[in-house]
Amino acid sequence: MHELSIAQNIIEIVNDNLNDHQKNIVKSVRVKVGKLTNILPDSLVFSFEALVKDTDLDGAVLEIEHLPIKIKCAECGAVSTSDDFLFSCEKCGGNQIKILSGNEFLVSEIELND
Amino acid sequence: MSVLTVERKVLEKNEVIAQSNREFFKSHNIFSINLVSSPGSGKTSIVEKTIATCQNKFKIAVIEGDVQTDLDARRVDALSVPVVQIVTNGACHLEAPLVRDSLQSLDLNEVELLIIENVGNLVCPAGYDLGEDMKVVIVSTTEGDDKPLKYPAMFRNASVLIINKIDLLPYLNCSVEELEKNALSINPQLKIFRTSCTTSEGMDSWCNWLKSQLRK
Repeated sequence: MHELSIAQNIIEIVNDNLNDHQKNIVKSVRVKVGKLTNILPDSLVFSFEALVKDTDLDGAVLEIEHLPIKIKCAECGAVSTSDDFLFSCEKCGGNQIKILSGNEFLVSEIELND
Repeated sequence: MSVLTVERKVLEKNEVIAQSNREFFKSHNIFSINLVSSPGSGKTSIVEKTIATCQNKFKIAVIEGDVQTDLDARRVDALSVPVVQIVTNGACHLEAPLVRDSLQSLDLNEVELLIIENVGNLVCPAGYDLGEDMKVVIVSTTEGDDKPLKYPAMFRNASVLIINKIDLLPYLNCSVEELEKNALSINPQLKIFRTSCTTSEGMDSWCNWLKSQLRK
């Protein structure tokens, strides 16, 4: 449970990418969160809203895009995707897999009211 | 309405410092492990036993992470190895800058193995690279054989699994075979050790393996 410090990281990245005028017209901040990051979306949004209150970013909305786990089987080559935890191939059942996606945690886009 | 593309990692600051820690360890010929587990699985006991078993073979230093108190550092200090305590004051995991700062007050002369004992927590420490060579996850038999399935990210990110308190198995409803099967279903590459800090079972093979991992 460390969503508050993570929200602070997100705000620093947003401020880093905007000039003073832009900071006051942020409509939304979009983050991509992989299934394997163990981030609690509600808690992250709550923390973000609490931290931006009465700052230049007040009113900005945090939008979370969830990325499922995507794996590739080293045995049969099949790619499987799941919103649940998945560590074995859905086609052949093999567990020698490579994780293609699910560990991401990115600030992807900032939308401005301009 | 305009959209700026950013695509920056939220934990990028931590990752930059973790990478510099990693380079520091490499340049000082230090092999480093990040010990992670739930509270009470025996991390500090494993550290003590590892020191007692390996101390004559290679030099060890320890970073202790705890939410409060320096009790663990005092236990390790009694074994006469360099130790530093990080108190996170409530934070649920160690981060790379804390490890970097603690290195300043640690005598690393000739140290070959650095053990970083993380805060007892199977969730948050999985997401934070400290610059270690590998994560070692400890599960004790008292916690039950389904633990890996409940905390898959940690078991996926670890390279080694220590199953501790193996001496208690006769008294518990825990199948060590089932525990291993569950862990390997998430991460088939896991190297597994079964240990007891009470009987010392498994400590020799754990320490021999550690020795084989040291940078020459």
